[in-house]
Amino acid sequence: MKTPSGSPIIQVATRGLVPVIQIIGLYVFFHGHYSPGGGFQGGVLLAASIILARLSLGTEISQRLFSSRRTIIFSAVGVLIFAGTGLAALLAGGQFLNYEFLPLPGLEPADLRNWGILIIESGVTITVMTSLIAIYDEIIGC
Amino acid sequence: MKALHIILLAFFGCLLMAAAAGLPPRGDIHAPAQLLVNPAGTPVAGAYYIQHAYKHAGTPNIVTVVLADYRGFDTLGETLVVFTGAISVLFILRRRKA
Repeated sequence: MKTPSGSPIIQVATRGLVPVIQIIGLYVFFHGHYSPGGGFQGGVLLAASIILARLSLGTEISQRLFSSRRTIIFSAVGVLIFAGTGLAALLAGGQFLNYEFLPLPGLEPADLRNWGILIIESGVTITVMTSLIAIYDEIIGC
Repeated sequence: MKALHIILLAFFGCLLMAAAAGLPPRGDIHAPAQLLVNPAGTPVAGAYYIQHAYKHAGTPNIVTVVLADYRGFDTLGETLVVFTGAISVLFILRRRKA
């Protein structure tokens, strides 16, 4: 159980910074198709915002942001999204992770690959973010 | 001793800069990495990705296409490594409830 930081400067700065870091993290993740970025980098930024809240806002608020009971479950869900996308393509008649065979109706093969990349990148983002938060929670204590 | 360190650092810095000056310019179509067929007569893999990445995946960032599509299995392994690392830390450091 951590109490919030005593300094009002740190509290106000964190309250302002956390949403900005999260928006930039989502931007880096979604813009990975057009610029440097993607799942790993976006996940690290999202994890940094939660860990910043853990450090300075205290247990009560930071647990409401992202509960440490859910971290490892979400980490597994991210890997499952990735592997499940590959399996869906396999079951639909293609090769493992060949996004052209994903069962999404009404899309060209190139668009299907575009969407497949976005789906697996979201899985990577979830896994990286929750794994980093889980490691922090175990080492420092939430 | 400290002077020797500085001289060595300066020497290797100059060496790196001299080597960097010999690199082909960015986007040079005649650079060895961009050739369709290398001097030994075998096709260069990078040229295939540069020519086909946008047509195959509709994504302008070639790096993303290679990372997530052509080498998707590799990225799946990386994600599994991150997940395994988190699980290992949990197993080693979890405080037992008495």
